[in-house]
Amino acid sequence: MEGVKYSTVSEIAGPLLIVEGIREVGYGEIVKIESGGEERLGQVLEAAEGKAVIQVFEGTRGLDTKSTSVTFTGRPMEIGVSVEMLGRVFDGMSRPIDGSPDPIPEDVRNVNGFPMNPSAREYPRDPIQTGISTIDGMNTLVRGQKLPIFSGAGLPHNELAAQIARQAKVTGQEEFAVIFCAMGITAEEADFFMKDFEETGAIERSVLFLNLANDPAIERLIAPKVALTTAEYLAFDKGMHVLVILTDMTNYAEALREISAAREEVPGRRGYPGYMYTDLAQNYERAGRIRGKEGSITQIPILTMPDDDITHPIPDLTGYITEGQIVLSRELHNKGIYPPVAVLPSLSRLMAEGIGEGRTREDHHQLSNQLYAAYAEGCDLRDLVAVVGEEALTERDKRYLEFADEFEHKFVRQGRDEDRTFEETLNLGWELLSALPKSELKKIDEKYIEKYYRG
Amino acid sequence: MKGKIINVAGPVVKAKEMKGAKMYDLVKVGEEKLIGEIIELKEDRATIQVYEDTTGIKPGDVVVNTGMPLAVELAPGLLTSIYDGIQRPLPKIMEKAGDFITRGIEIPAVNRKKKWEFVPTVKEKEKVGRGDIIGVVKETPIVEHRIMIPLDIEKGVVENVEEGKFTVEEPIATIKTNGQSKEICMLQKWPVRRQRPFKEKLPPTLPLITGQRVFDTFFPMAKGGTGAIPGGFGTGKTVSQHQLARWSDADIVIYIGCGERGNEMTEVLRDFPKLKDPKTGRPLMERTILIANTSNMPVAAREASVYTGIALAEYYRDMGYDIALMADSTSRWAEALREISGRLEEMPGEEGYPAYLASRLAEFYERAGRVKVISNQNREGSISVVGAVSPPGGDFSEPVTQNTLRIVKVFWALDADLADRRHFPAINWLRSYSLYLDRVKEWWEKNVGKDWLDLRNEAMALLQKEEELQEIIRLVGPDALPPIDRVILEGARIIREDFLQQNAYHEVDTYCPYKKQYEMLRIMLKFYRLMRDCIEKGIEFEKLKNLKSREMIARMATTPNEEWEERFEEIEKKMEEEIRRLK
Repeated sequence: MEGVKYSTVSEIAGPLLIVEGIREVGYGEIVKIESGGEERLGQVLEAAEGKAVIQVFEGTRGLDTKSTSVTFTGRPMEIGVSVEMLGRVFDGMSRPIDGSPDPIPEDVRNVNGFPMNPSAREYPRDPIQTGISTIDGMNTLVRGQKLPIFSGAGLPHNELAAQIARQAKVTGQEEFAVIFCAMGITAEEADFFMKDFEETGAIERSVLFLNLANDPAIERLIAPKVALTTAEYLAFDKGMHVLVILTDMTNYAEALREISAAREEVPGRRGYPGYMYTDLAQNYERAGRIRGKEGSITQIPILTMPDDDITHPIPDLTGYITEGQIVLSRELHNKGIYPPVAVLPSLSRLMAEGIGEGRTREDHHQLSNQLYAAYAEGCDLRDLVAVVGEEALTERDKRYLEFADEFEHKFVRQGRDEDRTFEETLNLGWELLSALPKSELKKIDEKYIEKYYRG
Repeated sequence: MKGKIINVAGPVVKAKEMKGAKMYDLVKVGEEKLIGEIIELKEDRATIQVYEDTTGIKPGDVVVNTGMPLAVELAPGLLTSIYDGIQRPLPKIMEKAGDFITRGIEIPAVNRKKKWEFVPTVKEKEKVGRGDIIGVVKETPIVEHRIMIPLDIEKGVVENVEEGKFTVEEPIATIKTNGQSKEICMLQKWPVRRQRPFKEKLPPTLPLITGQRVFDTFFPMAKGGTGAIPGGFGTGKTVSQHQLARWSDADIVIYIGCGERGNEMTEVLRDFPKLKDPKTGRPLMERTILIANTSNMPVAAREASVYTGIALAEYYRDMGYDIALMADSTSRWAEALREISGRLEEMPGEEGYPAYLASRLAEFYERAGRVKVISNQNREGSISVVGAVSPPGGDFSEPVTQNTLRIVKVFWALDADLADRRHFPAINWLRSYSLYLDRVKEWWEKNVGKDWLDLRNEAMALLQKEEELQEIIRLVGPDALPPIDRVILEGARIIREDFLQQNAYHEVDTYCPYKKQYEMLRIMLKFYRLMRDCIEKGIEFEKLKNLKSREMIARMATTPNEEWEERFEEIEKKMEEEIRRLK
């Protein structure tokens, strides 16, 4: 569908382009921008009488007001989707970059999607085994959940994400499709993921959308929408269980701020636009399950907290939308512990209903509560020791101190290829608890202590 | 009246040739007839906020002005419903559009076909005035829907009234007013942004019993009162709101999920039909209306959702009911205001919020209250409003929290530290307050125990003292404290762990009857005083540490609600005995 071509660009500022003398242009429609034989895509951000403001996804470098021509397509941003996309690599706008031709689309979808009707949602309760003890044991991920990883610069969040993508499975042997969406990560990081996926064969069941650090920033805004549109097709039309990894949401938010600043909008906190919450939610809320449908979308967005500050607007707003968070700790990382998951501030809000008898194991609830409480007590005591010295501690306190160390070294720490089952994780938990006297296990019923305690 | 669009930017659309349009008129935008509302007028140009996604809307498209403000439909059938922010029933949207909410869907809020059994309560020739009840309908097994004379009919005489089965649009009565006969049907409309009038406001003196110990005993809410629960993410705002919606002893509960998670609304949708009202034993859904505008649904409808909710609440209040309205979260609502304000290029106030944030918040909370309703039949009703606040970074100094605290009378401060220690509900007892303590005192004294407030204050003083002692412990360790202080610590610990903590997921503990709350606190404090006695008599503190009674006290919360009275008596006796033996 070809629209009218205009060459009446009147202004270019940052990623924005203003075209005048136009007619019949709709809000949000996609435009093609041509200059010097090169074609770029853009989207209408504001449609006025005879004038439109366009954001150019590939950036405005090299465009001028004279020779640039603009064609309005009359359609919103749409992509072709198909099962054949599995095993392929695309850029942030869904164009193949692996040298093979475009897959034949089975359907064409608007990337903005529509909000899922809360009445149609199914409450998520089937656990996913990631093989990581700190997640499976303490912060269980369930199908249809959105559980972000809050990381910091230099922490091994990519390794963790790759490990989860590799190991994720559900009881019942159904397999996952993985959609990996990179926003503004470096070529090296992208390479790491590609290699990892290829070496382990995970690529077969994956679709990769890569927007790298040197790709246009504005394209980052569209990449997750493209990824999630593909995910919705695979999950709700093809009945697959889709795990979507979005990295790095911090870059996405930066791109959002850039556009907002270029439009001279009133800034909210730290210069991010006031609608950032809504915008992030429109991505994150596309996780979920639908009643009566087989598939599911589970999201693991990764974000690096600027200066490890969890109150920064990006992790803060994310935390308000997602169902919990996995927090990585620099302290653990510096101690040489991988994966450096900080158990105490991490949380999975959907865990309670996803575990227990018939899902993971009967003792899971109480065991994880007890591990949490004991580890928290041990950490508290570390602070105390720093003030009063270890000699002042009672015998009981010393046991807790030891427990905290053991917990970090045995339970938290695991190999990069170590894939622990739920059973193994839970048994490991009991092994550690068995170093404490039975009478200390106040959060666990007698019957489970009888059965699992090995002191 | 038709106008033409001249500008589209996100949810804000500008149109010209809109002469005659009024502020807050409802308009239909474009071919798909998207619903919008006029929020600014300049000569013949109107600025419209659109409640649906505006992708594809073009300058030149038509805008039709309905000439009516955004209004809620009021009739039997509201209860058990789940609506979006502008009162469109979500299950019906699903039937029509599938699993995702598409655009331009127009569905009436209440079923037009269903017939209701109408029973008149007035006779022919009887004089009636506005707000008077003329008949009732069994809306759900636990709620009687009272049909009132619309507020625009000053007074008149009943010409004709019929018993029987009617749809909400069929006339049920004829009233002769000002020489004219007016037919009345059950369906009425009310503009959401306008407060429904009442005769006079009454002081809130009855407690809103929630079955949550930290609320009822420590920081009570009154029927007709206002409260706020601010807290960072992960502190349990939503669980607290759910608990209030579940167990509050209001007649009607209205729950507004405003810009929150989709899966949370699904949880409410799934649980409420299953959970039983402790008073009637019927499903909670039968007294509940849910309004769900999740974070990914259009932002303008989020702004409207709290008004939709409160307008429905006022309607039931006028019938003479006590309503509890929960809004989760008012911060998302404020952000919607900010977003729209930003698009209008208004001068921003603090943190980008519009300068009118404070007055809008005040206006909303002011619609709560216990009132004498307009009617000659002498009725009272109340609306209690509890708003969750989600301060960025958990920092209470931000504008939404601060402006809310200036209005509300109850402040339940959620605390991330407590949540990290898994102390739930994570209400910080030293920061929270309730200004209704003195107002509800009388009710507690009359219905429960003379010393209710004394006990409560004694417990508070104990917790305050604990906080001071904690400072010392941080320096010298607990063993260095004199025994009397260690007893204080032990007493405070009992209050904290066994009274203030309450497990929302435990089948018994999730709801604690008010008498049980009182008895628990009384026994705990008695135990504390007995321990003090012992120390004063020179008994070693170590001996007090392993008392059996201590464990029994810890189990009081989970003692089944049918047998707690007997069991508590035993505990009290055993406790006295054990202490006596020590002495």
